[in-house]
Parts: sequence; C-alpha cells; structure tokens
Amino acid sequence: MIFPDARLKSAEPRPNRWFKLILEMSMIMKLFEYEAKSIAQSFSLPIPKGLVVSTPEEARKAFEELGRPSIVKSQVLVAGRKKAGGIRFASTSNEVYDIAKELLGMKIHDEPVRKLLVEEAISAKREFYAGVTVNRSVGCYTVLASLEGGIDIEEVASRSPEKIVRFDVDPIHGLREYEARIIGRKLGFSGKQLVDLTGIISKIYKICATYDCELLESNPLLETEQGSFVVADFRAVIDDNSLYRHREFQERVKQEGAELTPLELKARERGLSYVELDGNIGVIGNGAGLVMATLDMIHYYGGKPANFCDAGAGGATMERIEAALEIVLSNERTKTLFINILAGITRCDDVARGIVATRERARIKMPIVIRMVGTNEEEGRRILEEAGIPFLDSMEEGAREAVARSLR
Amino acid sequence: MAILVGGNTRVLVQGITGTQGMFHAKLMLEYGTKITAGVTPGKGGTSVHGVPVYDTVSEAVDAHRIDASIVFVPAPFAKDAILEEIDSGLNPIVVITEGIPLRDTMEFLAMAREKKTVLIGPNTPGIITAGECKLGIMPAHVFSKGKVGLVSRSGTLTYEIAAGLTKSGLGETTCVGIGGDPIVGLTFIDLLEMFKTDEDTRGVALIGEIGGNAEEQAAEYIKRTSYPKPVAAYIAGRTAPPGKRMGHAGAIISGRSGTAESKIKALKDAEVHVAEKPTDVARLLENLVR
Repeated sequence: MIFPDARLKSAEPRPNRWFKLILEMSMIMKLFEYEAKSIAQSFSLPIPKGLVVSTPEEARKAFEELGRPSIVKSQVLVAGRKKAGGIRFASTSNEVYDIAKELLGMKIHDEPVRKLLVEEAISAKREFYAGVTVNRSVGCYTVLASLEGGIDIEEVASRSPEKIVRFDVDPIHGLREYEARIIGRKLGFSGKQLVDLTGIISKIYKICATYDCELLESNPLLETEQGSFVVADFRAVIDDNSLYRHREFQERVKQEGAELTPLELKARERGLSYVELDGNIGVIGNGAGLVMATLDMIHYYGGKPANFCDAGAGGATMERIEAALEIVLSNERTKTLFINILAGITRCDDVARGIVATRERARIKMPIVIRMVGTNEEEGRRILEEAGIPFLDSMEEGAREAVARSLR
Repeated sequence: MAILVGGNTRVLVQGITGTQGMFHAKLMLEYGTKITAGVTPGKGGTSVHGVPVYDTVSEAVDAHRIDASIVFVPAPFAKDAILEEIDSGLNPIVVITEGIPLRDTMEFLAMAREKKTVLIGPNTPGIITAGECKLGIMPAHVFSKGKVGLVSRSGTLTYEIAAGLTKSGLGETTCVGIGGDPIVGLTFIDLLEMFKTDEDTRGVALIGEIGGNAEEQAAEYIKRTSYPKPVAAYIAGRTAPPGKRMGHAGAIISGRSGTAESKIKALKDAEVHVAEKPTDVARLLENLVR
C-alpha cells in the first residue's frame, strides 16, 4: 500500500475526501516495483536505469554495470519499506554486496525480501507525487498530483488537502491531453516542464486504464537539478476482476500470497474465498455477507470460528461445496462444522449432493450442523434425509447448536 | 405500490439461454414476472420457456413493449450488453453478473447517469416487489407482501433478513440488493429517498457490511433529512479480523470508516436502530412499524 501509515494515523475519522479515498481502496493484486517499472518503460516513462537481482553477487554485477552510486531497493508488496530500512544507498561495489546480503535475509513487515532493484541514484531538487486511483464514491478514476510528494504525502493529504490537485476523469472518454495539461498548470508548471509533465500524467493514466489498475502512482516523482522528471518509484494495484484480460499476471496471483497460509492459497486456486481464523468451528456458507453474519453469530453465542469460507461466489455448485469441505476439514483446528446455506443462485440439491459425496469419501467424524433453505430446498432436503444427515432451518438455531457442540 | 418495479413491469432477460439465465427466467416467470423477451447473440429466433429470443436488444424492443431488464451475461461481455440496453432505453437495468472489471462498471454507470437510467448492481441479487415482480435470483418463498422496504449490500444475507420479516408478519414492499461491488449504480441513499415517498413502505431495513463507506453516507443522509420513517439496520462483519479479506471486493476493512464499529456508530448517531443479530431486525421493526 502506498501511504503506509495512513491507516495507523487515522485515530479519528477525518472528514476530507482525499483521506477517505485512500482508506476505501482495496489492496489485492499488487505489482512489485520492478514489474510496474517494466510497464512504465514500455510506455517510455522516464525511469532510473536499474537491474533486478536476487543474490548479492548479482547485485555487485548490477552495480558495476551501472557504474555509479546506486540505491538498493527491497522488492516487497507491503508498504513502509523505506522506514523499515529496506532502501539503502551504496557508493562502492563492496557496499552493494553487503547491503544486498543483509536485505535479502530480511523480512519487511513479515514479508521476506526475495528480490532487489539496484538503481542509479538520482539527485533530486524536489519530490512530487502523481497517481491515479479508483474513486468509489464518484465511480471514476481520479488523478491526484502534488508538489509535496515523498513518504510524508499522507501528512500533506490530511494537513493541507488544498495542496493536492484532484481531477475526476470521465470514464467514457478517458483523460484527455488538455486535461493533463490543466493538472500541470494547477501545479504551477510552464514551458518545457509543463509539456513533459503533461506527457507523464497522460501516460500514467493510460497505463492505469490499459492494465485496469485500482491504483497506480509515482511517489516520488523526482524533479532533477536539470529540471527534468524521473519516475523514481512506481506502484500498481490491479483490479483482480480484470485478470482475464491480463493473462500475464494470472501466474503472479498464484505466486503472490506472502500473507496467505497454504490452505488459503489452495482455496484461492479452487476459486473459494477462505480465510483462516483462530477458533475451532469450521464455517461454510454462501455469500460473503451471510458468512460474515454467521461468524458474528457464532461469536455472539460464545463460540469461535476456525475460518471464513464463502463457497457461493457465482453459486455454490456441488464441486465448490466439495472443495470447501475438503479445505475446511484439512484445518487441524476444526472440531465442529457449521454449514449455513441460504440458496438463491445456489441450489440446495447441489449443496446436499456435495455434502453427501464428501462425507462418504472423507469419512467425516466430527459433528456437522447443517442449515439449508432456499432454491430447490425440497430436493436438497430429500437427499440429506436419504443419507441420514440431520439439518435445521434457522440460522440462529444452527449457530447455537454448532457452538454447543464445539464446547463439548 | 412499492418502488421501481411492479406487477405491470415488462422485462427483458439478457443472457436468457445461459444456464443461470434460463434457470432464473423460469423462476421469475413462476413468480409472475412479465418476461416479454430474451436476448442472446446468435440465438435469435429460438425461444426459452415460451419467451421469444432475439439477437439484439433493439430487435426485442421493436417487437415488444419492454420496460426493465435483467442481465445474466458473463463478466467479459457484460459491459457491451449493458450499454446496448441503456441505448435502447430500458429502465431499470438489474445487473446480476459478478466479477465485472471496475473500469467497465465505471463506463456503463457513466453512460447510465447520462441517459438517466436506473442501474441496480452489478453483483446484486436483484430487486423484488413482493407478490408482484421478481427481477433477480432471490428465493421467492422468503418474501411476502407487506410494509417494510429492504435495502442491502449483501445477497444471501438479504434473504435471511427478508425471511425474518416475513415470519414476523411484517412482510416487505420492495427489497433491493444494491450489489457487493466497490462501485454500484443505485445507492442506499437513492433507495431511502424512494421509500420515503412510497405510501406502502412504513419502515426500512438497511443491511450493510464492513468495507467502503456507503452505510456512513446513508446514516449521514438519515440524520440530515430527519428521515421520516423508522429505520432498522444490521451490519455484518463485526467480528471480522482487521485486514483480512472476506470475499468480495467491497468487504474489506481498509481503515476506520470501513469498520463495523464506525458504521454502527454512524447509524446510531442518526437514531437508526441497530440489530445485534440478523434475526433481530424484524423484532426491532415490529415495535417501530404500525
């Protein structure tokens, strides 16, 4: 995430819209800096010369190839790497070697550093901010730019929001060149600098739209002593719903997941939303809202859920139910199972078949509490009845029952 | 008379020949929804459950009087289908499709705004005016004609609350799922505004969940307008661990304004009655609605 400390600093909800915008952003499919920069390069945005390395030896070679003082930057997806010591300056090849060795063994906010970007150091006159993000309340992309960039941008945003130029982009025609120019003028630029900055803002928007970004930003965007601009850092978050048209990142999604447990990763591969929690009641439901309410209700009655599992994205089919059961049951903490289905697009008969098939195959011994109502309910109940599996029809009753059994 | 759709609403089903489209067209017909035409490119001239299928929306509109539409088209093709409907003047448009890229949603919503088309969703279970018209994928039997307007960001949780309202005898006027995506067409505020002037609606149930700030905005609106009808709310995700992603893109805790506490506080400040459990919504409204 970009403004690393924005959330921590929000002791009180702040009224200004910029701040809200940051808070509302989702943060799912993030690119590493070097990945975002390789896209920047293909759009001929000015970026520092640099090389991606994964060993100290490669870092030394990269430094020698650049032939000048360099910055060694940890490639992690979490924010706040600079404050955590993940970005270092080096002026000799031995220094680069030592720094690389240290950084590659480091974890930044629990995320291990696997790659480094060794980049030429650029002396900057000023640090700016330029980015585009999804504006949820308006339903458009919003370009944000400020002369006061750098790691304290969130301070600027909350203290003096007027220092940030905002521009809501019409989703139908996109950002026009003259609109980018207006942003440049509002920041106070003229002459060649205005022309250059207009180009940079236009390209940032273009990349954002091309790659379906939820967020794309350069922070800092440097102004050099000579007055030219360099995209010194580049961050991208891609809308995961758009991955079908960006196949190059689909593999990346699987690899990513420093924060995910092995079961969570497996669940994701099988198209389930699954999050591990620390209790002992395994929960499967359909629909994020219903599953969240189920967890809340388990807590309400004094129990503790072992997981969140929504098997219902686009309808809980028999296969999905089987996959969900398999995953929830492989969590060692799970001692009781609570299946809560209120079928709309899902069909109760599919769910029932999934449960029956899995029970037979996996020989489930732990107590299962099933609550199932909705579309094709009669058929679903018939299948469960024939298999001798009891079921309930109230969620409250189900939650109470599951908690009672988990405490036995 | 309820809101947006009723017994006389004539409906077009986009994607009527697909598995979901066909299945739910049947259930909607059984509920009494007047499905007049269906559209699936390449399937023109066929029919589904006796409903004629066209290749384009404009042909369907030329052949029949059609008001509203419901979209079951898969995400990669949804934008085109929705733009086609907006262009043909269908209103409201209900978008069931899940997983539409945000950039596509931004584009068709901008177009809908321009043409003053009411768009519900995407990623919504739909809208139902109890006993009259079902434009969605909700299980019909949990609804019954009554007094409460229901607005929700969730799908299945909506059915849970509606079932409670039905059981209590309060029943519903119109129930609308605004959709679980980060960007949606019709908002809580739009719907509160509509329920305000609907004579049949005597109270409103507002069902939210963690993430985003739609509930806070609704609370602010209720407070500012001294909303004249009683509102009861339930917020899902009180016990969700911060920072964990719980399903759809909208359900993310991304700071204070998205947490259950923040939403509950805002709603209580606006004198909205906040339920502890989904089942309590009906209990609260029983005392408020006469």
